Amino acid sequence: MKILVAIKQVIDHHVAIQVKLDNTGVETNNVKMSINPFDEIALEAAIRLQESGIASEVIVVSIGEKPIQTTLRSALAMGADRALLIQTDVETQPLAVAKLLQAVVAQENPQLVLLGKQAIDDDSHQTGQMLAALLNWGQGTNASQIILKDDEVQVTREIDTGLEIISLSLPAVITTDLRLNNPRYIKLPNIMKAKKKPLTILAAEELDVDITPRLQTCKVELPLRRKTGIKVENINELITKLQTEAKVI
Amino acid sequence: MTEEAMTFDVVIVGAGIAGLSAAIKLKQLSSDISVCVIEKGSEVGAHILSGAIFEPRPLNELIPNWEQLNAPLHTLVRQEQVLLLTKNQSWNIPSWLLPPQLDNQGNYIISLGNLCRWLAEQAENLGVEIYPGFAATKVLFNEDGSVKGILTGDMGLDKNSQPKLDHELGLALYAKYTLFAEGCRGLLSEQLIQHFKLCQASEPPSYALGIKELWEVDPTQHQAGRVIHTFGWPLDGTTHGGAFIYHLEKNQVALGLIVGLDYKNPYLHPFKELQRFKMHPAIRTILEGGRRISYGARTLNRGGLQSIPELVFPGGVLLGCAAGFLNIAKLKGCHTAMKSGMLAAEAIIESLHPPFNNKLINYHHKIQTSWLYDELYQVRNSRPAYARWGILGKIVYEKILRGKEPFTLRHNKADHQYLKTKTHYKPIVYPKPDNKISFDLLSSVALSNTYHEEDQPVHLQLRDPTIPILINLVKYDAPEQRYCPAGVYEIVEENMIKNTTKNTNLRLQINAANCLHCKACEIKDPHQNITWTSPEGGGGPNYPNM
Repeated sequence: MKILVAIKQVIDHHVAIQVKLDNTGVETNNVKMSINPFDEIALEAAIRLQESGIASEVIVVSIGEKPIQTTLRSALAMGADRALLIQTDVETQPLAVAKLLQAVVAQENPQLVLLGKQAIDDDSHQTGQMLAALLNWGQGTNASQIILKDDEVQVTREIDTGLEIISLSLPAVITTDLRLNNPRYIKLPNIMKAKKKPLTILAAEELDVDITPRLQTCKVELPLRRKTGIKVENINELITKLQTEAKVI
Repeated sequence: MTEEAMTFDVVIVGAGIAGLSAAIKLKQLSSDISVCVIEKGSEVGAHILSGAIFEPRPLNELIPNWEQLNAPLHTLVRQEQVLLLTKNQSWNIPSWLLPPQLDNQGNYIISLGNLCRWLAEQAENLGVEIYPGFAATKVLFNEDGSVKGILTGDMGLDKNSQPKLDHELGLALYAKYTLFAEGCRGLLSEQLIQHFKLCQASEPPSYALGIKELWEVDPTQHQAGRVIHTFGWPLDGTTHGGAFIYHLEKNQVALGLIVGLDYKNPYLHPFKELQRFKMHPAIRTILEGGRRISYGARTLNRGGLQSIPELVFPGGVLLGCAAGFLNIAKLKGCHTAMKSGMLAAEAIIESLHPPFNNKLINYHHKIQTSWLYDELYQVRNSRPAYARWGILGKIVYEKILRGKEPFTLRHNKADHQYLKTKTHYKPIVYPKPDNKISFDLLSSVALSNTYHEEDQPVHLQLRDPTIPILINLVKYDAPEQRYCPAGVYEIVEENMIKNTTKNTNLRLQINAANCLHCKACEIKDPHQNITWTSPEGGGGPNYPNM
């Protein structure tokens, strides 16, 4: 069984985000970039399925400009077999990403597509669902457990009220949540081996998909600083302040 | 348990300017030599911090067409000023009074981190293998006592050094020659200096702590290429140091304070000195309306020529700031670090031919016959003269004698021995941060993007756990609370209830996750009680554009 894992390169989650002075976006120049943590979990899940003999091949795909190859190489070092970069300098939004992935699925014929439930930069949380809809496949989102049996996959979903267990028939799209696994450290010899693994670059135009952005970013701003709290001496003062200042009771 | 191993011709520890220059030179001279660079930062440049004004001389030698290859040298120094500050005043020192070393014509204001990122690209294009995110934690030896290589640290150990589920063993990297380019006060470099007794003939090393901020300023305050150096206030007359303000491209201004770690007053707080420096009327006008985008700190060597240890030992050499090639009169070390790496590479290529000699004697010789040595020889007495006779001594030696004096002054003591007990001083009252120009420590550390996995062994170790309270607190009011620019060390109260009586105990809390890997604690602790070991690879600051 082939698994396709879609990964996105984002600003590393340890880096404090700086908004550009002209409010057109966030600063990415010389900022450390990494694989989106949710996608890393998806990749780890795929590699484990391969290690347990269920999957035969793990293909990683990413969309964007050439420097993303670094992140794809890391994915190969983690354990993916080959990588695909859909090259474009257009800002790709969830629908465009889903359409591009649909085209990749048509070429590669995977039985399972794994991707993070959301990317930590735009937090859209849409691509997996859109892709499943476009492919007309079943979807299991926010997965914290994946069990494959023959032509079926059982997905434990993290939902507001607890855990929901669903069963899907393959092929399917699964988006991964934080508790699914703990991604491995990359070993140094594997980085070396990854340099020899195939990485194909494909121009987005070749997939003949309309990726024109549908959303326009008007302005990017830092959230307002939260006012610092105060300590009150006693419960009476608290009640008075809640009544007169906060006016909530 | 035996570790996995990989073998190369040359292994380089540290992807800074010295290590990367050595790697590039090696591949330029011999394309079939295998070169591996390992780096503890999460990416090349993540742990690099410097002012920096860069003298392009060695880059012209190493990569003459750097301009075509888009090296990040964008801002030529155009305007230079040296200011003497008092609390509210500033005086411009006329250029005829200044030592020739401070002339920066033809030099560039750069981000050293970005230059290293670019050098790493050049090196990789030549076939150098660079592995960021892996820390070298141990030197490995051959049976004959020569250096065999290094061991990278285990990944995935918990607080008690027990393997977690995702544990990965470290990897041994063997080489014919291992180059140690770890920067100032390198972990393995210091172990080697001890092991091979490399500092027997040299003076005690001397260090300073540099704390730097990067700002984006109001365009009306920005003049690309403007350089200001200051001395005097806020440091008192007995504390060595000064500040810098460099205007880079894109409305960016790099500024920082350098404080000699031989300071005496245990109440001195280098971070807060920098914060109040920015409030000076001559400085704050530049920053008003701007915003701070990054923060970091690193120690630097200022011992000069007489403090440089022996550079060569069987199986390897020391490069760059791990040896201490900084030129303190020029206030620059990038160009000398780079040159030392290039010379080591040349020495290796010559020595690889049979008969193979594992001791790179010719490196020593090459250093001594290069401009690098001449430069350092000329200013060798600058720092000790400053220590003895103040700024006047420094000017006499740099401007009049210019290294022609037939003697070399000594440093006498190591930095930590200069700290006096608190009874000699009153606590310094520093102004509160205004959160526009000056800030508190923790919001600053956040801008360094430093990160360490929480569940791992504490990488800052105390030889004797009782010293912080019984000696450091009592005699020096716990100076580690102040000299650490990352707030790693904190004296906290602990309430213990024993048999219904409440006891308040003081203890030193080590917030190792805040660490910026600057090494100030190892240098300044009055009883040399703190050992910096390497945390899990990839941990530490993530500096952009520093």
